[in-house]
Amino acid sequence: MSTEPPINRRKQQARRRFLRTAALTVGVTGISLLGFLPTTGNSRARLRPPGALDEHDFYAACIKCGQCVQVCPVKAIELADISDGFGLGVPYIDARAQACDFSCDGLQCVLACPTGALTHEINYPHETRMGFARLAWPGKCLAVRGQGFQGQVRGPEFEGLLRFDEVDRWNPIPVRDQPFDLELCDLCVRLCPIEIRLAQCAEGKPPSNDANQCPPAHAITLQPMNGGGVGMVPVVEAGCVGCGVCEMVCPTEPPAIVIDIDRTADTL
Amino acid sequence: MTHFGESLMQLLGRAPKRPDKAAITPAAQKIHLYKRGQKVDMEAIRAEHAAHDSRKWLRRRWATLLAVNLLFVLSFQLDIQLLEGALTASRFLGFHMADLNAALQVMLAFKHVVINLLIGTVTVLILWIVLGGRSFCSWVCPYHLIAEWGEKLHLALAARGLARDYSFHRGVRTVLYVIFGVLALATGYTVFEWISPTGILSRALIYGPGLALAWVVALLAFEVFVSRRAWCRYVCPIGLTYGLVGLVSPLRVSYRLENCQHEGECRKVCLVPHVLDPVIKGRARDVMVPIGADCTRCGACIDACPTGSLRYEFRGL
Repeated sequence: MSTEPPINRRKQQARRRFLRTAALTVGVTGISLLGFLPTTGNSRARLRPPGALDEHDFYAACIKCGQCVQVCPVKAIELADISDGFGLGVPYIDARAQACDFSCDGLQCVLACPTGALTHEINYPHETRMGFARLAWPGKCLAVRGQGFQGQVRGPEFEGLLRFDEVDRWNPIPVRDQPFDLELCDLCVRLCPIEIRLAQCAEGKPPSNDANQCPPAHAITLQPMNGGGVGMVPVVEAGCVGCGVCEMVCPTEPPAIVIDIDRTADTL
Repeated sequence: MTHFGESLMQLLGRAPKRPDKAAITPAAQKIHLYKRGQKVDMEAIRAEHAAHDSRKWLRRRWATLLAVNLLFVLSFQLDIQLLEGALTASRFLGFHMADLNAALQVMLAFKHVVINLLIGTVTVLILWIVLGGRSFCSWVCPYHLIAEWGEKLHLALAARGLARDYSFHRGVRTVLYVIFGVLALATGYTVFEWISPTGILSRALIYGPGLALAWVVALLAFEVFVSRRAWCRYVCPIGLTYGLVGLVSPLRVSYRLENCQHEGECRKVCLVPHVLDPVIKGRARDVMVPIGADCTRCGACIDACPTGSLRYEFRGL
């Protein structure tokens, strides 16, 4: 006769299953919480589409469906990957590759958003505030150096799109198809969607004949340098919405002008 | 216990209860008594079954699942705008649709519901009440299809002793459901969406693949080598959300006791075999028993049944 108490197989199996189940619960919860690491690292400040709520609310409200991606005429919007943590599937704009040029006029991404993550409270490009442009490398800026610009913006390989009203009112075209010959480079001002609208409004031809499309303030202007000289300096004004077109079209590498994503612009 | 109560408790994770003798209708008792002494000739059953088409619902289901996901892909690729968005939220011919679980996570995290989201959620709620709740899982979810292929591999490997099948308590899905809900509410992040293979796969199909697919591969590897169909069975809150919808759906599988041979082919192919508890000899409460809400209405049991004892049913028709 054995002195060992008999093993209750059924009980043993039940206990093992309970332990396995507890491990599964902890495991799945733990893995899901790992998403906090890339999320709160704050190393990935992203330029968001027009109307995006403040970052935390934006993560909460976005249902990660990509309808904003689908309606954008210049395909400026991309969805973030798993390396963005809880930002997985949340839309962003890589302005240097393809900025938002508002060629849809009607903020279609905002209209497409089913959850209000892109707030429906705005109707016009000038009402958005995605970020704020900043002349990060004044020494590189062609205008500051008094230099002109000839040829294709960003070269023949660049695939970025922009709408040129005088070429095609409705369809954006590759920027490389529209070469420039400028005595003094003013691409960031000349191609700024807000400045284009201001010029159209000054001529009495606002987009869609809607006076509400007229921005209330300049976004970027070229001004004489302090102390004179041949160069001019691009100055970012209060009307800048941070669409990123200036960063996209800037011919220097790295771009002399970039978009800051933090909301320092609000304190301007 | 009522069918509804039993269905709900099984959905939340409780094991099926053997019905008291008093709860079994006299007609069913008579059949149980008659069958008690019957011997089952498995060879004869298999031979009979092999004689007719046993992949009817599998074909229809895979075709539907591929068609829905393809419609998403083509709508964007060809810019035909029939079904815009992804499985988490979309517009079908302009009408808002929102996945119930994704919408729930957003509502808990954001604590604010815009009218478009409400319209989309109610539309989809009505749709899946009519179509059977968890039928979303087996007829639409892209991960389900991949997991089915993984399951075939798992079974082949397990037969050679190369894969294990550890089981878990099914109540873990309910626990995780509450955890994901509380996390969304407390942190303001839709935490579950970070690990949802349904959302990841749907977006990968439509917008192109990304690193997130590595997570889907890891899940699949777990299912192939460690635990059969573990994600759908034990974890996925989407399944539980649609299961709750299925509680009140008129579209379901129903079981007819009379001709059943109780050989159990249906339970072998079922993702959620606990719902087929009534097919076990002596368990059916009536001559006709509706299958519970956790059933994904995939039709695998209907395809597998040699006697036609399992059928789709639309209550009221």
